[in-house]
Amino acid sequence: MGTEVESAVAVKKEKYDVNKIRDQFPILKKKVHGKNLVYLDNAATTQKPSQVLDVLEDYYATKNANIHRGVHALSQQATDSFESARIKIKQFINALGKNQIIFTRGTTEAINLVAQTYGRANVKEGDEIIISHMEHHSNIVPWQMLCAEKNAKLKIIPIDDNGELVYEDFEKLLNERTKLVSIVYVSNSLGTVNPVKQIVDYAHQFNVPVLVDAAQAVNHLPVDVQKLDCDFLAFSGHKIYGPTGIGVLYGKVDLLEKMPPFQGGGDMISKVTFEETTYNELPHKFEAGTPDIAGAIGLGAAIEYVSKIGIDKIKAYETDILNYAVEQISKIPDLRIIGRAKEKMSVLSFVLENIHPHDIGTFLDFEGVAIRTGHHCTQPVMQRFNIPATSRASFAMYNTKEEVDVLVNGLRKIIEVFG
Amino acid sequence: MDQELKELYQQVILDHNKSPRNFREIENATQQAEGYNPLCGDRLDVYLIVEDGIVKDVSFKGEGCAISKASASVMTSLLKGKTIKDAEEMFEKFHDLVTGKLGDNLDLAELGKLAVFAGVQEFPVRVKCASLAWHTMMNALKGKQEKVTTE
Repeated sequence: MGTEVESAVAVKKEKYDVNKIRDQFPILKKKVHGKNLVYLDNAATTQKPSQVLDVLEDYYATKNANIHRGVHALSQQATDSFESARIKIKQFINALGKNQIIFTRGTTEAINLVAQTYGRANVKEGDEIIISHMEHHSNIVPWQMLCAEKNAKLKIIPIDDNGELVYEDFEKLLNERTKLVSIVYVSNSLGTVNPVKQIVDYAHQFNVPVLVDAAQAVNHLPVDVQKLDCDFLAFSGHKIYGPTGIGVLYGKVDLLEKMPPFQGGGDMISKVTFEETTYNELPHKFEAGTPDIAGAIGLGAAIEYVSKIGIDKIKAYETDILNYAVEQISKIPDLRIIGRAKEKMSVLSFVLENIHPHDIGTFLDFEGVAIRTGHHCTQPVMQRFNIPATSRASFAMYNTKEEVDVLVNGLRKIIEVFG
Repeated sequence: MDQELKELYQQVILDHNKSPRNFREIENATQQAEGYNPLCGDRLDVYLIVEDGIVKDVSFKGEGCAISKASASVMTSLLKGKTIKDAEEMFEKFHDLVTGKLGDNLDLAELGKLAVFAGVQEFPVRVKCASLAWHTMMNALKGKQEKVTTE
């Protein structure tokens, strides 16, 4: 292990080499409509490096077996790889123990897990759950469903015209009826980085637990669950260069221990009779059925890849790209950036006067540029800004300033045509 | 501009997008319906005055992309003075065109003004944009009150 740490440190001293990184992502060599692919839809999903693709192939080619309980060699190897992915994730977010890392299908399932277990066990009639106006639908609907079932209330922290949280209102909303705060770390439609630590600290003064939706955070900035002191944290593998279908729920042990199981089935039990079932220990209690073994191992590889480059370096590089993009795109007349928070990461949402985002999306596609257009699963944000949709360019560690130029030139061409 | 893209965004479509025809409310409409495309958040209302089985007036209001706006605009200009039966036939024709069902039977001359939407069939994700106004119009004709969604 010592040598591995040393080599990681040695690599960290290297300069950030975006061309070398790009070479490791096979899909970035692809042509779209005869043009070089400029992939700026990273908030939807990121591309995968060879390091992840190779691990997936190697798993299915040489290790494939079901995990846990198997006494044969393959099962043991698959189990070891699966569990070592869990340890990589534990280290990555600096959790105390690997039993706090629960594999889910993604952020959505992780939030639903908390709503269906912690929520159903603790939220009663008249209680309140606090979320914000900038949540993704996946951090709204599970709580609405819970509130409807329990006759509880959903309270919304407002956002201002810059797309920043109105923090003072959060303090006003929190009271003795509040049972949980669930808040997004980085907004997928605005790019806003929320003061999550401040929210956690305030909520804890009243013993209210906080869930952090870190789907758009773990891939852009360092996340340390002990420093944040959050009670739950959720993220998806595919937004951090890993496979789809795998995600993580982190939770504090005392809360996880007290929570009822999520789904029933194999692996989550230690003893079953027709009269009674004893549930397995953490984290297995929440992992019923055969998990996405390859996905978990692939996510482990992705996290190892990101760690070797260094999340601090990625953050610095992406910040530079975003600043450049904001500067360039602001030169376009009649363009309005949606989301102007002081603390922002990797997301650039905008609207063009009289040109619908859908038309922009189709046009840019023919320039090889992939962006997302629509409501980005945050319809309340669109309602707040009184727009049906935005165009969103979202950046990752492999994007370049040249790619930003292709985007900006594409937008100028559209304006010419629609003029 | 790329050829395929040019066929989607024909000049006629760009013109209708910029200055849509019949873009207004009809206060004494005999029929009206609301259409919604959850994919892009587009909404539009279609208003009709139908007397003795004839479309005396038709209009729309709302917001959408160039394709959906132009489609609504062309639709309203084609339907005025037509019978309900004509309108239904036109809907079928348009639907077959944008979903690529016409295939080898594609006859641009016969399609008349609708022919400018032939390029849409190459863009499956944009079919909903093109057909939103038409579906909404059909619902208005049938007197259905529930909102049309393209999902």
